[in-house]
Amino acid sequence: MTTEFRERARRALGRDRVRANIRRAMDGLVLKRLAAFPDREELERLRDQGQAIRDHALAHLPDLLEQLEARCSANGMRVHWAEDAAEANAIILGIVQSHGAGAVLKGKSMVSEEIGLNAHLLRHGIEPIETDLGELIIQLAGEEPSHIVAPAVHKDRREIAELFRVHYPQESCGEDIERLTALARRVMRERFHDTRVGLSGVNFAVAETGTLCLIENEGNGRMSTTAPDVHIAVTGIEKVIARLEHLAPLLTLLTRSATGQPVTTYVNMISGPRRTGGDGPDERDGPREVHLVLLDNGRSGIHADPELRATLRCIRCGACMNHCPVYTRIGGHGYGTVYPGPLGAILEPQLQGLHRRGELAQASSLCGACAEVCPVRIPIPRLLNRLRYEHAQGRSAPAVGDASPTAVSAGAPPPATGPSARSRDRAPPRRARMRVALQAGIWRLWAQVHASPARYRRLTSLAARLHRLADIVIARTAVPWTRTRTPPRLAAESLHALARREGYCDE
Amino acid sequence: MSDARTAILERLRASGGAAAGAQLEPKPEPGSGPTVPVRRFDRSHPQLVERFCGMLEAVRGEVYPVGADWPAVLARLLGESGVETLRYGPDGPFGAALADGWPASESTPALVPHLGPVEDCRDALFAETDAGFTGCLAGVAETGSLVLWPSPAEPRLLSLVPPVHCVLLDSARIVPTLHGLMADEQWHRAMPTNALLITGPSKSADIEQTLAYGVHGPARLIVLLAHGDNLIAPA
Repeated sequence: MTTEFRERARRALGRDRVRANIRRAMDGLVLKRLAAFPDREELERLRDQGQAIRDHALAHLPDLLEQLEARCSANGMRVHWAEDAAEANAIILGIVQSHGAGAVLKGKSMVSEEIGLNAHLLRHGIEPIETDLGELIIQLAGEEPSHIVAPAVHKDRREIAELFRVHYPQESCGEDIERLTALARRVMRERFHDTRVGLSGVNFAVAETGTLCLIENEGNGRMSTTAPDVHIAVTGIEKVIARLEHLAPLLTLLTRSATGQPVTTYVNMISGPRRTGGDGPDERDGPREVHLVLLDNGRSGIHADPELRATLRCIRCGACMNHCPVYTRIGGHGYGTVYPGPLGAILEPQLQGLHRRGELAQASSLCGACAEVCPVRIPIPRLLNRLRYEHAQGRSAPAVGDASPTAVSAGAPPPATGPSARSRDRAPPRRARMRVALQAGIWRLWAQVHASPARYRRLTSLAARLHRLADIVIARTAVPWTRTRTPPRLAAESLHALARREGYCDE
Repeated sequence: MSDARTAILERLRASGGAAAGAQLEPKPEPGSGPTVPVRRFDRSHPQLVERFCGMLEAVRGEVYPVGADWPAVLARLLGESGVETLRYGPDGPFGAALADGWPASESTPALVPHLGPVEDCRDALFAETDAGFTGCLAGVAETGSLVLWPSPAEPRLLSLVPPVHCVLLDSARIVPTLHGLMADEQWHRAMPTNALLITGPSKSADIEQTLAYGVHGPARLIVLLAHGDNLIAPA
């Protein structure tokens, strides 16, 4: 049985070069993170603080959002609210058009990927200019980010040099990384000088002071938020934190978990547009308008579930994917969603609904590496199990429509959402539904067998007696598993029987 | 989009009681939240200075200890590397001292006052400026970071657009952690429109995780570290 995800994963596994690129990068990031937290006790203390800060923010989310709105407004920013991707895109397009801009400078923003902003701007004749080097590379290649922190991690220097050669034929820089980077600088310089509207994401939004905190290494983020007349920041509603001081532990957790850096080159705290006409002297640069777009897009649904709410603690460091054996093999494109890796496997089924992305919860060996490194202690394996359970429950019932009554489906966006990036997806194919039903059946059987010692003993002794036949059955039915592995073989006698014979008590 | 606002807040409120928050905290007050112990390190001041320099140099920041003749030192440093123009804010904390101490000679870079709104000097800033000079608020020893609060005298782009950024830091202003600085100086009471941490020159590792410096921000960060009484006090 093949489903969309399995097919994607199969194709991803066949791309040796991409796999090698990703593997090399992830191994490096794992080591860098390890070196960045030499003191285990300090790490655990920071993780406790990170979790407490994020939990507090989520427990008081509506009040903090109102406070953030009030403080940002008092600081001279304009705050907008968007239910879904379509609304956010409309708000952003409206701002861009009201300034008659033909292009938008973009700092790196995963939320802008989530809402499909670039496509939306292009449809209305506005050019999105990706300014982050990694984002520029994948924009030139016409691809999606394959990692939330390092979007072009799947490409090596030869591919990037070829892309640059095709797109900037007048410049020649071979495959030298310094020269490729210098080319990106030259190309972007003019755009930073000329473009009148900039857009960015937000790493943390501080309710207490109305401050947007952004981190980066290249300087493109500062350029995009400082050089243009207008700065638009777009963020999910969960990014708010209560106090400015909370930034300190979160920033150190974020950069060390993500890339092993003690701090990024730039930490940019924006608390308002250029100040003019006040008591003191006028400020002389900075945007004249700062807009903050707060996006829900399914997040309030996740917030409603006490267990799944932990998903929203995420600070987008990417450590879970760097450490994930599945991500390391299939890469971000193997998932087919904006957010890949363990984070994507818990977030996307909730944002888009189990009926559409439920299978991603299977994209894990439940090894637990993600939870072990998560800076805010999201219990990812537990949430994956919960989602698997609900997926199987919802789907095993006969002819359940898209409006399945599980808590998770309630987390899906309201049905009246506009043409977001995700509504282009097809309904789940029949095969996928059958697969889920079959799975549920098998697990029910498994549960029944294991619930009764007598039944369990009868079945294992039967299997042992017929072990040659059982071997054939396993080899035939477990084909996806045995295609690349030696099939397990049953012993002629069960471990229980062996132990009993040796005189061990098996109770 | 006030409809969206009302709907989102209503949904969040409706779920608030049912979820974890119910028995924990009844009603948040502005500025509340878990109290996080302030990150500090008990180190002597010379150790802090050493740590600051080490961390900054590890990310290719350049640190030069200087005395009262710092403008001449800067002029020589820049002149040697082919810099022709240095932009500075004459009304900045060290603007007058920089101009007074700037040596007049053929090989010295031209000192250009950065005045007026950016709209009037955008071309010059982007195309004709080799280096920018600013003061800074503090240095953070833990990470080797400079803390800048851009001001009308030394605006935001002065530390970003020119390929070389030069900063004068009084070593007495080196503090252990950002957390301690924020708490001690009560940043939460009034934030500037823009506050920055700068730790080294601009860089990227987006191609094969190989560091390349000087991407979109300055390719060089020159820190003049002045020690106590050597420093000409801010105006």
